[in-house]
Amino acid sequence: MISDKPHHLRQQYDVVVTGAGPAGMAAAIGASEAGAAHVLIIDREREAGGILQQCIHQGFGMHHFGEELTGPEYAQRFLAQVEAHGIDIITDTFVDVARSDKTLKLMSAHEGVRVISAGAVVLATGARERTRGAIRLPGTRPSGIYTAGVAQRFVNMLGCLPGTRAVILGSGDIGLIMARRLALEGVEVVGVYEIMPHPNGLNRNIVHCLHDFDIPLHLSTTVVEVHGRDRLESVTVAPVDDQRVPIMAQAAQIPCDTLLLAIGLIPERELADGLRLRMDTVTGGPLVSSTMETSQDGIYACGNGVHIHDLVDFVTQESLLAGHSAGDSLFGRRPPVDNVRMIPGENVVSCVPHTISTDREHTVYLRVRRALDKCAIRFGEIYEKKLRYVFPAETVTVRLTPRFLARFPGGALRIDILPRQGARGDEEAA
Amino acid sequence: MTSTITTYLCIGCPLGCRLEVEEEDAQIVAVRGFSCKRGEEYALQEHTDPRRMVTTTVAITNGRWARLPVKTTAAVPKEHERAVYAALRSVVMRAPIRLGDVVVGNIRGLGVDVVATRDMSEGDGV
Ligand SMILES: Cc1cc2nc3c(=O)[nH]c(=O)nc-3n(C[C@H](O)[C@H](O)[C@H](O)COP(=O)(O)OP(=O)(O)OC[C@H]3O[C@@H](n4cnc5c(N)ncnc54)[C@H](O)[C@@H]3O)c2cc1C
Ligand code: SF4
Repeated sequence: MISDKPHHLRQQYDVVVTGAGPAGMAAAIGASEAGAAHVLIIDREREAGGILQQCIHQGFGMHHFGEELTGPEYAQRFLAQVEAHGIDIITDTFVDVARSDKTLKLMSAHEGVRVISAGAVVLATGARERTRGAIRLPGTRPSGIYTAGVAQRFVNMLGCLPGTRAVILGSGDIGLIMARRLALEGVEVVGVYEIMPHPNGLNRNIVHCLHDFDIPLHLSTTVVEVHGRDRLESVTVAPVDDQRVPIMAQAAQIPCDTLLLAIGLIPERELADGLRLRMDTVTGGPLVSSTMETSQDGIYACGNGVHIHDLVDFVTQESLLAGHSAGDSLFGRRPPVDNVRMIPGENVVSCVPHTISTDREHTVYLRVRRALDKCAIRFGEIYEKKLRYVFPAETVTVRLTPRFLARFPGGALRIDILPRQGARGDEEAA
Repeated sequence: MTSTITTYLCIGCPLGCRLEVEEEDAQIVAVRGFSCKRGEEYALQEHTDPRRMVTTTVAITNGRWARLPVKTTAAVPKEHERAVYAALRSVVMRAPIRLGDVVVGNIRGLGVDVVATRDMSEGDGV
């Protein structure tokens, strides 16, 4: 059943999933496959799909489906599976609070407040975009300053343009894709500005979104001030030194009526905070075990609400696991408790999941601090793997098997990513 | 004899090798700068027959949203990319639409269709 009227809901579900993006849909399918009879997905939007519905470009599903899909196509494939599993979806409904006793307070756009309960809960709330406040961008408070994702929704779903002459701050994939999108829709894109000395998006997007449309990319340059009373009139940009401090003597004022901020995503953590889950201060999301369980029994989490993913395929993989675990927990099927804590070491910023178990295979996702060519990842003394390269913008995904893990007695396992001496030519791509 | 060197940024992986294609009298005589086979193939493809997938939106009346996302069923020659976008600007569809419905068949005679990339049920368009 798909509905926007909570009176169609049951009072009690086996598994309730908050958020109907790719994470939530995969988690619900996982729970259903594990045997949960009554599964519900709740979303505040008018339809399922999450952020994918506005990501109309290609680049989704290469790992999971072996073909490149657009965001809406990827979403629709999963929606069909959700329906085939008889999973309920309720839209236009906001999860206001999730409690440790697994009751959830819902607010419906049409019917007000409703409380339901669940045997297990999966948080799949996705991410929100960093805003002007996150980078303390000084100046006036005119209209015309948007996060890139909001502008993407305007253009791709609502059919309106954010302005006529735009500056884009941030060269991650979202910034690059929006540069092309705006250019195609007739907006003059003055340039993309990036504070780091290297672009943060895929080279494919550099070529297809910037080079193809003659949009300049200014590296080691940032926006330092915005001007304009009612509407944005201009921004001041300045190059930065190697400490990322703006060199104001070389600042320039650029007329524009639109500034798009493409400066990163952070996990949506409101429900997690309300539950007082233990959080990872680096990823911004909850700590999770190898079954994607949070610090509270029967509360699971997955997707961008746990850590920011660059590929939706890995969101799906991780979320199927979360859903399976949530479903299994209802029947008392719990694997042995994790006995290994993952400790980020040299050039490792974060690792998800935060704990694993030596008796099973695991996929772990790591972020690095700085780029390295020809390097190796080391898990304590037990496992080492060569990597051709690592980049801060790209997740390092490693599969750990019991073959190596069985050598480890348990406890803290330190992960380092180190340059490799005397590297040979037969290394494996990351 | 005229010799030209064209440079490309390899999009095969994050290493982003700078590729060079050297021509003498319109014949490719050398491809340089790649660190793996994928880069060499990409340089040749991009030099001789660059292609792009087109993904954009078209207007839709009485749909759940105001725009319908669409794509080409295959990549089109890069020199026709802009013309494809331009041709789609005036298209107006009407809900309901199913994923895969043809929005424009054989667009600009390129032998490629433009199709809807999602279902769009009827609605108030906002
Ligand atoms: C612009 C952009 C481009 C991208 N490009 C690519 C690409 O080319 N290839 C690729 O593989 N990946 C890409 N990604 C990444 C991919 O889209 C994400 O990793 C993925 O969508 C995350 O899925 P999610 O389900 O965790 O979050 P989301 O898709 O954000 O879904 C979260 C859902 O939870 C709902 N929600 C949150 N809180 C509540 C609440 N309290 N109550 C009710 N509902 C709630 C939200 O409404 C939303 O629908 C891109 C992402 C962006 C933003
Ligand atoms: S040539 Fe090979 S190594 Fe270099 S960027 Fe292309 S794919 Fe990567």
